[in-house]
Amino acid sequence: MDENAKKKINHELEKNEVCLFMKGTPEVPQCGFSLAVANILKHLEVSFKGINVLEDSQIRDGIKAYSDWPTIPQLYIKSEFIGGCDIVKEMFEKGELQAKLKEKEIKFQSKNK
Amino acid sequence: MGLKLEEIKSLIKEAIPDAEISIQDLVGDDNHYSATIKSKVFIGKSKIEQHKLVYKALRGKMGNELHALSLNTMES
Repeated sequence: MDENAKKKINHELEKNEVCLFMKGTPEVPQCGFSLAVANILKHLEVSFKGINVLEDSQIRDGIKAYSDWPTIPQLYIKSEFIGGCDIVKEMFEKGELQAKLKEKEIKFQSKNK
Repeated sequence: MGLKLEEIKSLIKEAIPDAEISIQDLVGDDNHYSATIKSKVFIGKSKIEQHKLVYKALRGKMGNELHALSLNTMES
């Protein structure tokens, strides 16, 4: 993959514990799948960096090669690729996402007590 | 753009012969699908690996010709 794109992606992953590569921004997502993942993170009150791939075609193509995953959004926690929309949704519903956040020592709010 | 439902099914079947596939065209535009796929090849694999097997079966069409395929993979 493109070295420059790789550098940019690594930089974001090092700087931000929770990264969501998405279409649009957390405030204004531009795709239903990106919206769904952003909403889950918001619901859990996780502080995350949304990276709008529509603004950077190098990152848009690069992130797919980086994870060998063909679609956006892509969620990363402490540089580990967690999954796309279907996986994140399923993990959230089963409580596995919450367990992953705990394991990675990321602060979140669990509303189902 | 888009991919016919039967084409998706046959590509998956070709790569994962024992797959039990239930697939729905969500809006009738050949571009937004939801599929549940059951197979023995998923046993012992993470969800990421399971979905990657399906994407591989679609030979690079996912994210290109095919915009959206919501996946639910299950071990059979």
